Amino acid sequence: MNELAASNFSGADIPPASVYDQCVRCGLCLPSCPTYLETLVETSSPRGRIALIKAVDEGRLDLTSPGFMHQMSECLDCRACEAVCPSGVAYGRLIEPARTQIRRATAAATPPAQRLGRAFALDALFAHLWTMRAAARLLRFYQRSGLQRLVRASGILKLLGLAELEALAPNISPRFLAPQGQRWPAVTQPAKVRAFLHAGCVMQVAFAEVGEATVRVLQRAGCDVVAPRGQGCCGAIAVHAGEMDRGRALAKRNIVAFEASGADAYIVNAAGCGSALKEYGQLFAGDAAWAARAAAFSACVKDVTEFLDEIGIAPELGPLEATVTYQEPCHLAHAQRISAAPRRLLERIPGLLLREMEESSLCCGSAGVYNLTQPAMAQQLGRRKIEHVLAAQPQIVATANPGCALQLANGLREAGQQIAVKHVVELLDASYAAYDLALP
Amino acid sequence: MIAPLEPRLAGELAGIVGASNVLLSDADLVAYGFDGTWFDSTPSCVVLPGNAAEISAIHRLAGRERLALTPRAMGSGLSGGSVPLGGSIVLNTMRLNRILEIDETNFVAVVQPGVITGDLQRAVEARGLFYPPDPSSLKQSALGGNVAENAGGARCLKYGVTADYVTALEVVLPGGEILRTGGKMVKNVTGYDLRALFTGSEGTLGTITEITLRLLPLPKFAKTATAAFDRLEDAAATVIAILNAGIVPTSIELLDRLTMQCVEECRPAGLPVESDALLLFAVDGGYENVVDAELARIAAIAHASGASATRIAADAAESARLWEARRAISPALARKRPHKLGEDISVPRSELVAMVRAVREIAARHRLLIPLFGHAGDGNLHPNILCDRRDPEEMRRVIAAAREIFEVAVALGGTLSGEHGIGILKKQFLELDLGPAALALMRRIKDAVDPLGIMNPGKIFPGPGGIEAFDLPGERA
Repeated sequence: MNELAASNFSGADIPPASVYDQCVRCGLCLPSCPTYLETLVETSSPRGRIALIKAVDEGRLDLTSPGFMHQMSECLDCRACEAVCPSGVAYGRLIEPARTQIRRATAAATPPAQRLGRAFALDALFAHLWTMRAAARLLRFYQRSGLQRLVRASGILKLLGLAELEALAPNISPRFLAPQGQRWPAVTQPAKVRAFLHAGCVMQVAFAEVGEATVRVLQRAGCDVVAPRGQGCCGAIAVHAGEMDRGRALAKRNIVAFEASGADAYIVNAAGCGSALKEYGQLFAGDAAWAARAAAFSACVKDVTEFLDEIGIAPELGPLEATVTYQEPCHLAHAQRISAAPRRLLERIPGLLLREMEESSLCCGSAGVYNLTQPAMAQQLGRRKIEHVLAAQPQIVATANPGCALQLANGLREAGQQIAVKHVVELLDASYAAYDLALP
Repeated sequence: MIAPLEPRLAGELAGIVGASNVLLSDADLVAYGFDGTWFDSTPSCVVLPGNAAEISAIHRLAGRERLALTPRAMGSGLSGGSVPLGGSIVLNTMRLNRILEIDETNFVAVVQPGVITGDLQRAVEARGLFYPPDPSSLKQSALGGNVAENAGGARCLKYGVTADYVTALEVVLPGGEILRTGGKMVKNVTGYDLRALFTGSEGTLGTITEITLRLLPLPKFAKTATAAFDRLEDAAATVIAILNAGIVPTSIELLDRLTMQCVEECRPAGLPVESDALLLFAVDGGYENVVDAELARIAAIAHASGASATRIAADAAESARLWEARRAISPALARKRPHKLGEDISVPRSELVAMVRAVREIAARHRLLIPLFGHAGDGNLHPNILCDRRDPEEMRRVIAAAREIFEVAVALGGTLSGEHGIGILKKQFLELDLGPAALALMRRIKDAVDPLGIMNPGKIFPGPGGIEAFDLPGERA
């Protein structure tokens, strides 16, 4: 074996040696990794997975060896390892192309029905949000009519490779927040900032109330809020699944929509999307035509909690008597390194008692479609999270990402608990409403 | 690539620990082929036992079949001690991860080898007790590895190394016999000190399965201070002046400019990167006025010895930030160059200035970046030679510099390793340090305990595969 052994990666999107070489194998990432903590096996750790990626690149391990494919899939891509890494290894830049490589190498072996389902999901639904909204309306009917139980039992979703999608949007909002060029003026004019609202895909059909709360809180904070047409899915689902080209196609539309809007900031209320949007610069690093535009775009992206913490929120907050624990979304705490801002916002609310849970920033197991690709591990992590939530004895769990919210709500329901799950901006919005209500 | 263990033997191992605790896939073998150094050597199998009885059975099987075993806990070591050479089987002890007892009367903790060092510290501190050894890897190193390599840390200046806290051990010997030595008592001079023999034996004499550690009362007050210097030598001289004044701080850490630059990038702690060197002090004790008075003396001596600025950390948060930064140094050095060769020399503190000067001179002469940091108060320094392993010309200079650093340390009355162990990284230099008589006696001890030579082969003793014969790309085994 020597360095001349050919890499088992090929074509575009090869995990860069310059990134994995930065790992000095100190092992500091292991205790931060959810899958390592559950298994205590090095192979299921970030350091182990980096070693595997390096071994594939050096021709010492097969790209399609079952162990490698399992580990690339078992990783939650939660990025907790990145946040603690003193050497600065950009782990996400290794795992995502490694998945792309596997996807490409195994494409031919994927059953045609599954490929069709997958193409439908990633192309039709995420590429054109009107189809997602149409599908969501059907889905709402499907969920409420009892059809869901029938179809789930039939196994047809797995056959079509649609099981992932079916779980992604389990509870459709009665109304959607579709971006149609709306403008919501700042409460006090002139506005401080013009904010572009990223309506999202899952967010706009399943969490419309979070979008509405976001708009109201931004308006009160002195922002003109706009929701231009043309924007769409951030592409994270595609990128995490190893479909980097699909991800790039989606990214371009958001860049164009933002450039045309004249807005100062691109505001996101889903941590997973925010993290992907902030990484457009990297996604297009090798593309001369788009690299600079993508980097300029990413520099304007702000999570809503980060943004509100920076510009300052309106002080007219009314009391919200509740014990709240905060669940840190991985893609906020680790990928975007935003930990203090949401807590500072929550602590501003009169009457609200913030009580920390253990392991708040350890992944809850949601991680996009992870529930379906790695159900056993997702369940283990979900249970671990719910135990910590219950130990904190809150009335409300606050978070800032749809995936976490769904996972927590499901877990709490299964545990028979009456604990509400809310986005941080929903609590701010409720606090403003309480203030207004108390006005004479 | 090493061939996986033959199915008959893997089946026997599965019979001992259960099939799910025997790992044989290509991916698993790659993942257990390294530690915190750059050595890669694939094992033939990874076995994950759950208790001493299973480990004893594994040892029996290994003896009968002449199979080499490499005990490993977290694999965070910095000498190659847990890297399986020649297709050795990795015996991972991380499933033995319980704190069995915290005895508040006898001031001891009884732990299994897979307990993370920092977790034990938190558990005993919650009861007002204190386990002082604090390797910088305390968040990711396990106590089994700490004992096997006799780990140190920043607090060794005042409190000593791991061996000073081991009062009893349970060890599975080659052949499978389970030995218990020592107890919870403070004093114990009955027979040879076998605890001392196994502590720091790097897995070459057996597998550690239970550890009893001495605890202290937790000091009520602990504070941190820094002193910045325009000249590295002045910082080194200040260390000696403080100790000569009769002050024993918990820690005196040295960071040179290059070190500060690397660590500020990942754990910003406001280090004075424009200075040539920084001393980081910790002082602890039972009375706040005594701690404050010692810090004031330290600051005064530092100023008198040429410090350009001193600062006492305002609160626990600033203090924590500084120590978090200190512990991140070793991995943070990867930000400058792709690879690093981390050394661990230890010299009498009277020779600190001479050693520091020699490292700078060697770095300049070989045109190498060698950030220098370490536990200056106890004379244990970590010159890290930054390099790119793919450049054979540079690597020749790296190895020449490493050899010269060892030679200077030994000539100054010092030693190769203060706290990392010898492992693979320093085995070529063992005789230079020990001399022929001590080396020969150590070989006889090894042969007496492990006559078949199956415990962690290729470690400590000079032999093929060390750093001087180090594998350039293209020669990787």
